[in-house]
Amino acid sequence: MTTTTISGTTLEVDAEGFLLDAGQWNEQVAEAIARERGIERLTDRHWLVIHFMRKTFLETGSAPSIRTLGKASGVEVKELYQLFPKGPAKLAALIGGIPKPRGCI
Amino acid sequence: MRAKLYASGRGRGLGTSRTRRVAAPDSGAASVGQYVGTVRHRIVILGGGIAGTLAANRLRRLYGDRAEVVVVDRDERHVYQPGLLYVPFGLTEPEAIVRPRAAFLADGIELRLGEVERVEAGDSTVFLADGTSLPYDVLVVATGALLLPEETEGLTGPGWNESVFTFYTLDGAVALRDALRAFEGGRLVVNLIDMPIKCPVAPLEFCFLADWFLQERGVRENVELTFVTPLDGAFTKPIASRMLTGLLREKGVALETEFATGRVDGETGRLISWDERELPFDLLVTIPLHGGHEFVARSPGLGDELGFVLCDQHTLQAGVAPNVFAIGDATNVPTSKAGSVAHFQGETLVENVRRFLDGEPLAGTFDGHTNCFIETGFRKALLIDFNYDVEPLPGRFPRPHAGPLPLLKESRLNHRAKLLFPWVYWNVLLRGRELPGIGAQLQLAGKTVPAAKGESE
Repeated sequence: MTTTTISGTTLEVDAEGFLLDAGQWNEQVAEAIARERGIERLTDRHWLVIHFMRKTFLETGSAPSIRTLGKASGVEVKELYQLFPKGPAKLAALIGGIPKPRGCI
Repeated sequence: MRAKLYASGRGRGLGTSRTRRVAAPDSGAASVGQYVGTVRHRIVILGGGIAGTLAANRLRRLYGDRAEVVVVDRDERHVYQPGLLYVPFGLTEPEAIVRPRAAFLADGIELRLGEVERVEAGDSTVFLADGTSLPYDVLVVATGALLLPEETEGLTGPGWNESVFTFYTLDGAVALRDALRAFEGGRLVVNLIDMPIKCPVAPLEFCFLADWFLQERGVRENVELTFVTPLDGAFTKPIASRMLTGLLREKGVALETEFATGRVDGETGRLISWDERELPFDLLVTIPLHGGHEFVARSPGLGDELGFVLCDQHTLQAGVAPNVFAIGDATNVPTSKAGSVAHFQGETLVENVRRFLDGEPLAGTFDGHTNCFIETGFRKALLIDFNYDVEPLPGRFPRPHAGPLPLLKESRLNHRAKLLFPWVYWNVLLRGRELPGIGAQLQLAGKTVPAAKGESE
């Protein structure tokens, strides 16, 4: 376990930078992580996905997969890749302060 | 007609079970009206694959004539799915892995052929497409996972079953067998579109066996073999993933990770990812997207957005109603979709159906236990054993230290055990019987955690 300091707050993160405690998250933290990963500004579309991720995680205990995002978040898979390049589910989870989606088993 | 009898049963619940007249099963073990005046539970099981069959047999054994057990399936053909992997390499004949479903259901269990239209959990009734209804006291959903190749753009377009194949269906496996026999060289790409899939190790096994098969045919050096996955490694669990990544490298299989397939162009032979990366192929072996059975989406509250039944991962009780349970690939529980899982869930499922009917609190005993052989070619295999909390580790199985099977390590003994597995499947697992010395819960003794670096879980 390591810690990182984002916008003045010390946060506990895992080896890949995912927050260990979703309760430490706030929107400033999200914006700071997004900038670190090359997303300069979070738009309404980004927030739609991020809030969906967090809501699903807090309700079900696991982060949604890209397929679930594409079917249920209101943003289609194609656009998800434009908003969160490379791995949308992973990157949106990182920015949303929840654990890495396990991609099932 | 039996259908008439069911259709007339509009009243539901335990109360109606007391007086419901039941049709005599084909065995003649019970006669019509024999149970009038006694409590007789009505248990409906959707799906007659491994999960539904073993659940039916275990419930029949527990209740005997005190319960009426009805299994519903759309057809009479039970496919031994682990055998599909061997068909493309001519290691098994297609007809050898198909048997009639009814032959594996104990006497006294009724098999109904029909398409499920939907489940109304609030009314404890299953509606079939032919208009009949099946009221139940307890429902067990065991309808597995379906392949959804049409959900990926272009996959079933030009080239489907000519240069683009899947071995996850019997027809597909046979078509691929013919193509592989004629394959002289070029780019062979093995790809999984996205998780979850049935038997997550099967695509890797396909790579290992293809390497062996092409060597046997003397054309391996003309073939560029690549495994393409949306995951960030060969497998989902870190220690096994490192081991399997090494094995791919040893066998000269290239590994392309974090490739999320968006579309397939069979005409020009290209896999295209959502972020516009391209991979050319001459022969593509793909594992299409999976989802739950179509009726799940038509049944209010039953499933998640992929059609898998929402249920408690330890009790297997569905979220939609207390008298609904799920088992096998049909569930949304976070473990592998594999026959061994259905087997290990069997004990918990049957115990909890009993507890529910007796008004007792349920037992949260299912731990996610999974056990898989991984064929690695040249008459060797690996064995892995894991659950929700413990990833596949080196060690011995089933007896700690004594084994004799080594875990997470290639061996001829594992391969020989895998060869015995069809017999075990048809004669032990489907019958709903226990494997001597192998408990439903994962055993930690005898497993060792290797010194690892950079572990995130």
